[in-house]
Amino acid sequence: MRQPLRRTALNAVHKQMGAKMVPFGGWEMPVEFSGIIQEHLAVRSRAGLFDVSHMGEIEVHGREALGLVQYVTCNDASRLQVGQAQYSGLMYPQGTLVDDLLVHKLADDHYLLVVNASNQDRDFDWISEQNRFQASVRNAGGDYTQLAIQGPEAIRILEKLTGTELAALRYYWFRRGRVDGVACLIARTGYTGEDGFEIYFDPAESERLWNALLAAGTAHGLSPCGLGARNTLRLEAKMALYGHEIDETHTPLEADLGWICKLDKGQFLGREALARQKQEGVRRRLVGFQMSGPAIARDGYPVYSDGVEVGYVTSGSYAPFLKKNIGLAYLPAEMGQVGREIQIGIRNQRAGARLVQTPFYKRPRN
Amino acid sequence: MAYPINYRYSREHEWIRVEDDMGTVGITDHAQKALGDIVYLELPKVGDRFQAMQPLGTVESVKAVSEIFSPVTCEVLDVNAELTSRPEMLNQDPHGAAWLVKVRLSNPAELESLMSAEQYQQYVAEEAEK
Repeated sequence: MRQPLRRTALNAVHKQMGAKMVPFGGWEMPVEFSGIIQEHLAVRSRAGLFDVSHMGEIEVHGREALGLVQYVTCNDASRLQVGQAQYSGLMYPQGTLVDDLLVHKLADDHYLLVVNASNQDRDFDWISEQNRFQASVRNAGGDYTQLAIQGPEAIRILEKLTGTELAALRYYWFRRGRVDGVACLIARTGYTGEDGFEIYFDPAESERLWNALLAAGTAHGLSPCGLGARNTLRLEAKMALYGHEIDETHTPLEADLGWICKLDKGQFLGREALARQKQEGVRRRLVGFQMSGPAIARDGYPVYSDGVEVGYVTSGSYAPFLKKNIGLAYLPAEMGQVGREIQIGIRNQRAGARLVQTPFYKRPRN
Repeated sequence: MAYPINYRYSREHEWIRVEDDMGTVGITDHAQKALGDIVYLELPKVGDRFQAMQPLGTVESVKAVSEIFSPVTCEVLDVNAELTSRPEMLNQDPHGAAWLVKVRLSNPAELESLMSAEQYQQYVAEEAEK
């Protein structure tokens, strides 16, 4: 039997605004408002507002909260100061990923984990099962609405509604503050490759804050955005998506996420497997490619080299800002050199592509 | 957008406009809206032959890949070359300038199994309620 789709507190607002709604990770979510290309370009040049309340939240609390977070994740949460966040991986003993997540240090004994919608319950069960620490684990998904305001104008729009000094907030740091009077956790994080903020607050205030942000953003060219643009934006910035680049069959080392694997931080799930893989070298790895012609590679398409199937595409799309057809693929490690020619199996053709440097897009910094 | 009353429509959201045994084929406004921003098209070559409801090409938006089905048994006489270089035309004028192919119908009687504009509109409305 099919589970009914869950709805964020803004579901009716999105429908009123004429958003196209689709099922995603068990939720009914807006995929686009005005069109993916327009929304994508708005985020690159001005700003976009996303309802990402489908994302899951898990809170870890208690004297040994850090001990538990350290044990189940691969990045080093002991390096976090209160008010700081980090990208990390939730691990299996085999060194593969249960999920990817953001770890926020709220206090010495209190961490907020932000996980993928479709994995929320599985992540919660897994962390609870591994909990042999003086820590409590709480599935807190229903406690928060999460909005992302992203793009070069995001800071100027958000500044209009808050007294919190945003310019002083560094990338991957957060602060508690009020936005239009609503108590929020304001984090300088995002999933678009642009500067921006993700704010977490009481769902009861969702409609008011959504509308306040849209109104404050009108003069700045703020567009409401759906998950379609979120996906193309994250792909240009080469940010991994669970179920595509990462899953329970791939390690973070294979997924080009070696930078979140802190093997020297002490014992954690999957540490031995990762250490062994690091020593022996990965056999396959994630690479970026660009299509040579007009055909578009899509998730799951096979990759060929000299007529032999050698891998598959994890994400592929037309890239609206770059105006190129790009993708990510797993290939044997020895085939990963930038410049290498590969072929993508697209229906009954083999279309040429070339491995390129990633990220495909990097925002200009001033 | 109104559905022209002189076109016939398929359940897979193609339209065909027929004069004598010559037809022009496209995808409907409903189809382009469902797809979103269209960025790529694969169309057949002149001379290709198709059975009714056989795939004759592919249309891709940023988000989705969709097959285009031939609404009738036919031979391709002409392909809209401008459209393959400007696929976004399909979002702007799906019932007009963004036609896909011109064909010769092998069996014009097949048109009877396609829908009228009125029937298609009702069909789309029923689909939306599902």
